[in-house]
Amino acid sequence: MTTLTDKPDTAEGGSTGAQSGSAVVAAVKKRPGALAETGSPLLRPPAAAHLSDEQVAELGRELDAIKDDILAKRGSSDAAYIRRMIKIQRGLEISGRAALLVSKNKAAWVTGTTLLSFAKILENMELGHNILHGQWDWMRDPDIHSTTWEWDFVTPARSWQHTHNDLHHRWTNVVGKDNDIGYNLLRMDPQQEWKPFNLGNPLYNALLAPVFEWGIAVYDLELVDYREGRKSKEALVKDLKALGRKALKQFTKDYAATPAVAMLTGSGKQALYGTLTANAVRNVWAHAVIFCGHFPDGTDTFTEEMVDGETRGDWYVRQMIGSANISGSKFMHLMTGNLSHQIEHHLFPDLPSNRYAEVAPKVQEICRRYGLPYTTGPIWKQVGSTWAKIFRLALPPKKA
Amino acid sequence: MIRLRKLARAASLLTTPLAPEDILSLFNPVFSARQLRGVVTRVVPETADSATIFFRPGRGWQAHRAGQWARIGVELNGVRHWRSYSLSAPAGEDPAITVTDMGAVSGTLVRTTKPGDVLFLAPPQGDFVLPEHPRPLLMLTAGSGITPVMSMVRTLVPHRPDADVVLIHTARTAADAIFREELAELADQFPNFKVTHWFTGERGRLDFSSAAGLDALCPDWRDRAAYACGPEGFLDAAEALWESEAAPGTSDTAATLTIERFSTSLAGGEGHDGGLVTFEASDREVEADGDTPLLDVGEDAGVLMPSGCRMGICHSCLIPLRAGQIRDLRTGEVHGEPGQLIQTCVSAAAGPVNLDL
Repeated sequence: MTTLTDKPDTAEGGSTGAQSGSAVVAAVKKRPGALAETGSPLLRPPAAAHLSDEQVAELGRELDAIKDDILAKRGSSDAAYIRRMIKIQRGLEISGRAALLVSKNKAAWVTGTTLLSFAKILENMELGHNILHGQWDWMRDPDIHSTTWEWDFVTPARSWQHTHNDLHHRWTNVVGKDNDIGYNLLRMDPQQEWKPFNLGNPLYNALLAPVFEWGIAVYDLELVDYREGRKSKEALVKDLKALGRKALKQFTKDYAATPAVAMLTGSGKQALYGTLTANAVRNVWAHAVIFCGHFPDGTDTFTEEMVDGETRGDWYVRQMIGSANISGSKFMHLMTGNLSHQIEHHLFPDLPSNRYAEVAPKVQEICRRYGLPYTTGPIWKQVGSTWAKIFRLALPPKKA
Repeated sequence: MIRLRKLARAASLLTTPLAPEDILSLFNPVFSARQLRGVVTRVVPETADSATIFFRPGRGWQAHRAGQWARIGVELNGVRHWRSYSLSAPAGEDPAITVTDMGAVSGTLVRTTKPGDVLFLAPPQGDFVLPEHPRPLLMLTAGSGITPVMSMVRTLVPHRPDADVVLIHTARTAADAIFREELAELADQFPNFKVTHWFTGERGRLDFSSAAGLDALCPDWRDRAAYACGPEGFLDAAEALWESEAAPGTSDTAATLTIERFSTSLAGGEGHDGGLVTFEASDREVEADGDTPLLDVGEDAGVLMPSGCRMGICHSCLIPLRAGQIRDLRTGEVHGEPGQLIQTCVSAAAGPVNLDL
């Protein structure tokens, strides 16, 4: 929330009229980013070029109806779901850390590291990501709320919410607007200009995976925006301080406090390695899942022309054809924090994650009816296709 | 206490980003880092549509004074709702609320609460409390307005031999009169405690239009410090009577009337224009009409709104206004200055409004 400049400046009080004596009425500005009521973007993306404005509007209404249907059903069973998940996650984490306290014993090390890895994955994916999206804000529970939640991930929740919820979800796959296309590190789209630096694409990605949380933390600082003058020095310093505080706490817990307690049983070193491994496992997994969201074959990217004048229906279309799902078992969906339903998540980022599976067949049916791609596949296939793209785009475009 | 805090800080090194309470709550639901909670210990039905709910509060609760109320958070279909309820237990004992089924929230509390349930709490507040020095008292209550007064009676009557209390309680029928048996027993046991039940189903409303009605029930009412609690019409009538009849000019130790209001009618008519409400810190925008309190607008949008009495008296719901104009739903007045703290429970949007939340 550091670069929001679009809020009305009440200190100035652009007085539009003084009522009742000395009361100064501050001007209320309409915030930018609102979607057009009717019409179409300057250019409709190729995959949707066959649709008329009226068809896109109708598609929008159909998707709105799907959302309304879930909102009407949302209630105590959903609340029970997230509370159960939180309990399971905390149970796993406590058991994992407890086992690591005696991890001189090999079986305890394996058990502890496994449990802690699962705990961290659940915490980041099904809890953190979704709660920070505001999926559970409707419960009005301050313990499970997007404004109070903090996660077991280096980047502070508030910084991530800005780059992710606001920038990435609003500008999904728009080259030049959505920096998630390669995270300012990788070349992930042919429209991105090739530089010799990009030859290292696969190498950077391989190095990024095990330390993914640190990559995201640096990404959330928006250093490019700072360099190019879109982010003030004060804002950067503020973000750096917040990151420093968060990172210190995370580091202390995982690499100092837990091993220190484990030293009581002579398991200090093993506990350290166990926690390090769990963090790496979580990082590699989160990296894989998240890269499957928008990079596999079949997902489209967009130009700024394609969002200029975008209506709600066109916005929905962009979310659907710019995202890819992962097929698999219930357990698989849970471990991805339901990001395996990336398409549904991008359509309805604040619907509770436990409802995406129910929505998915309806969305797929709409895509089929309107002749739009609905990209999905098993995880090995999606990961493979993402890596293939990373290799392909390391090389300069072939001269025509 | 200090050692406990140090221990908690040390423990949080291991639990961050969670607080130690978040872990402890797995074992005992009263633990929470953000939210005072209580566990229901006992539920006692009072009448066909009211019940007393006893609870054991977690750390952070303050013992209540007789007559005070507390905000209670209840979950309805997964959504937290807050209402204020008077505490009926005597001061010094475990807290309890007595709730009458009058709507979705109170109905859920009365009908479905069972021991072991978790209630969300805010510490007791309110200045409808007993006088500091002993003096003759008159209690006027109607319907569920008996609740705070019951706490006063239970606190005072059995423990103070010098207590001199007259209670006039009106209810529709004998079956609707909460605490009727207990009050009768207390009156039998303690001669300085007198109870009159007035059943409106049989005798019509208690007439406050002149002093005659009250003179008949409690001839020395002018010499007593009076407390009244009940619906708005009942209280307005009592207030008018005290203003005109309570021996103006006598010393101010007598003839005072202290009032506890339970509801406020929101005047101002309907059909006013609302506007786009922006919750700036939460980054939410909602279209609101001009008759819906901003509190409801925010809650429906999933914003964590502070709230309290929902009738414009407790000021628990104050939020800074950043821009725009609001309408006071009680008076119809349109007002608003940047930076002003507004009561969201009785304010609606009058045009676009930005709030600092």
